[in-house]
Amino acid sequence: MSKLRFGVVVFPGSNCDHDTFHVLKDVCGQNTFYLWHKDHDLNNADCVILPGGFSYGDYLRSGAIAKFSPLMKELQEFAHEGGHVLGICNGFQVLLELELLPGAMLRNKNLKFLCEHVHLKIENDQTPFTNQGQKNRVLRIPIAHFDGNYYASPETIEEIIANGQIVFRYADREGRITEEANVNGSVENIAGLVNKRRNILGMMPHPERASESLLGSDDGRIIFKSVIHHITNS
Amino acid sequence: MKIRVLVSYKDSVLDPQGQTVRNALLTMDYDFVKNVRQGKVFEIEIEDLSDEKIKQVIPELADRILANPIIEKFTWEIIE
Repeated sequence: MSKLRFGVVVFPGSNCDHDTFHVLKDVCGQNTFYLWHKDHDLNNADCVILPGGFSYGDYLRSGAIAKFSPLMKELQEFAHEGGHVLGICNGFQVLLELELLPGAMLRNKNLKFLCEHVHLKIENDQTPFTNQGQKNRVLRIPIAHFDGNYYASPETIEEIIANGQIVFRYADREGRITEEANVNGSVENIAGLVNKRRNILGMMPHPERASESLLGSDDGRIIFKSVIHHITNS
Repeated sequence: MKIRVLVSYKDSVLDPQGQTVRNALLTMDYDFVKNVRQGKVFEIEIEDLSDEKIKQVIPELADRILANPIIEKFTWEIIE
């Protein structure tokens, strides 16, 4: 099977770029390279990943300054043409600021930086990023963020639900969607969602930190395996 | 010239930081406090511009970067 081309964007302050690169290259065996945020070329990537971290120190709002990085122009064109984009944690925040995904992030409800393993329920397995999982399956993946309290207007939430755009929700280990499991206070326990066209996924949990059983969970690998499977077969 | 832009959460958005400050004020016995909303202040020094131009560019830049219109609103004034 020929290898896919994965581009991992590096902003000043990205800190999960190396972990993501490692998983895609060494664990998934794909052709992986970094994309510097000041460049104007996605290097023919099949899939672009915006990794976690603190781009521009989270100044102003998480992701607000990264939105104006030169490479984001090419990223927006790529996404609008149907290119696959995955934003993890800060990458999700950047996608929201770019309005490639609906909504915004607020500070966690308990005003704490949360760094812990959480359980996620797969709400939609018919996306390029979850086709190797099964609906209702519970994944154990860590989070590490201060601003992960997902917010969107009631009208937007209604639309997101109607379109099946919610991909992951915070749940307990049995997959129950509870207030207690909703660690950061997100509307509808939303932990990850896709755009209407389903070629863009944003998620707060870090699948790259849970892609090898040696690290306690390899549930996150489903996301990478799914997108590889989807692009290879489309 | 100097412009002051004040960005705060929309009324429909919960402000947990503002609530925490409110709770702190209540524990300090300022029991007349009803609500606190926290925001951000930007003081922007600019070249002298016409009133008309200012009315165009300040809301524009506030909308494009200083505030996220999904969750925030802003007001502005000329202070110098």
